[in-house]
Amino acid sequence: MRLEGIGLGHRYGRGDWLFQGVNLSLATGEIVGLAGPSGSGKTTLGRILAGHERPLLGRVTLDGQPCPSKGYHPVQMVLQHPELAVNPRWRIRRVLEESWQPEPAVLEALGIEEQWLERKPVELSGGELQRICIARALGPGTRFLIADEMTTMLDAITQAQVWHAVLEVARARGLGLLVISHDRPLLGRLCQRVIDWEEQIQREYHSP
Amino acid sequence: MVPLLEVRNLQITFTRYTGGLRQHQIKVVDGVDLSVAAGEITAIIGASGSGKSLLAHAILGLLPGNAAMSGKIMYRGEELDARRQEALRGREIAYIPQAVTYLDPTMRVGRQVRLAAGGDRREAADKQRRAFRRYRLGEHVEKLYPFELSGGMARRVLVAAASVSDARLIIADEPTPGLPQAEVREALLQLRELADSGCGVLLITHDIQAALGVADRVVVFYAGSSVETAHAQDFSGDGHLLRHPYSRALWRALPENGFEVLPGAQPQPSDRLEGCLFAPRCAMATAACSKERPEMRHVRGGMVRCYHAT
Repeated sequence: MRLEGIGLGHRYGRGDWLFQGVNLSLATGEIVGLAGPSGSGKTTLGRILAGHERPLLGRVTLDGQPCPSKGYHPVQMVLQHPELAVNPRWRIRRVLEESWQPEPAVLEALGIEEQWLERKPVELSGGELQRICIARALGPGTRFLIADEMTTMLDAITQAQVWHAVLEVARARGLGLLVISHDRPLLGRLCQRVIDWEEQIQREYHSP
Repeated sequence: MVPLLEVRNLQITFTRYTGGLRQHQIKVVDGVDLSVAAGEITAIIGASGSGKSLLAHAILGLLPGNAAMSGKIMYRGEELDARRQEALRGREIAYIPQAVTYLDPTMRVGRQVRLAAGGDRREAADKQRRAFRRYRLGEHVEKLYPFELSGGMARRVLVAAASVSDARLIIADEPTPGLPQAEVREALLQLRELADSGCGVLLITHDIQAALGVADRVVVFYAGSSVETAHAQDFSGDGHLLRHPYSRALWRALPENGFEVLPGAQPQPSDRLEGCLFAPRCAMATAACSKERPEMRHVRGGMVRCYHAT
């Protein structure tokens, strides 16, 4: 399966265009990095690819077809701030199982402890909550995962642990990964190729 | 020489209601020993949720009412009690917090910096202008409210406020999250300048590489306790100069080093471990490790809380 963004462009309100004419293509089984400074529209691009936001210009396709507008979206996204991505009134079990019922092996690989599931989101640290969000995004219907600064707030050991687990799942199921980060060494470790976001926007601006 | 700041066996316990009138005590900081010397940057790194920010709050006297503290915090050789904390906070001891939310949202930032300078009005205004120039804040910024600043500008306002207050000790808690690389570098170099001018700086961060670039000494936290004090240059190569197995694991887990995984998770305060907090994940652990908590001891010019360190 191939996820493609064709001629994407977006801006908020009447502000400057964040980007215009951006093309991007990602196949299942591929791990691609997207590097660039903060505030340059990387997150917006991720949101558009995952269907959270409709692009003002261009379109997103899966194998040439428009993305499904109903049901489980095959492109899932994990955000930088997990506190903002979960319902604070739900228990963790409900947050997690809204998407699927992960096997114990997946939870263990991500370092999620059984007892967390009965707690409320405020009772977990940011790093613990992020692992729940990652497990939630790895449902059986997921074909592509967009990781937006997914481990920026984690310490190095937890970061390595989480990524090893995600790479394992991605390999086993042939997922496509788009890793958005400002951390070049991390992208170098994880990705088969890295897109330089600034270069990409610049090029599109200057091409006729 | 007496260090500027010395923390000895600090422990912080929170009391929580667990339903009805039942109370529950959890010890979230359990054994922190460190010191900060004038003219030096001491960086604190470690796992998220290991009590790094609580230490800053304890030094400044900003812990919430349900927290109880034991151990000693000494400032310039004298105990830093609540009365001294209040007298010194914002004057000799400056705080550079994580976020803009620590600025007063209803006051123009120029005035906030002048208040931090204190003293004579004209002198304060003068100091504020000089600090704004030094930290690349245009004259118009004086008249802005915090919500009108970008993240980077807000951070520079906070540094400016700390620099005008004649601070001797600066506590910076994650001063660089979410900033572009160039600004991170600038922020840390500004801290370095403040240290070189004679201040002691305590830099709390989870960005190890950034911390190593400016720090003299590095304190590693794990599960609410300080496990090692190392020289910044001990973090190099495969980490064999580090004293504690957790420090080595942290170093080797960086993507630019080995990206190695250490299985397991940081223990929770509710686990109530008797012995070394790292023992359940440690390859060197022996029976003695899970019996009794090791004391901080001096090893090769640094300090370590481990029976096996050499």
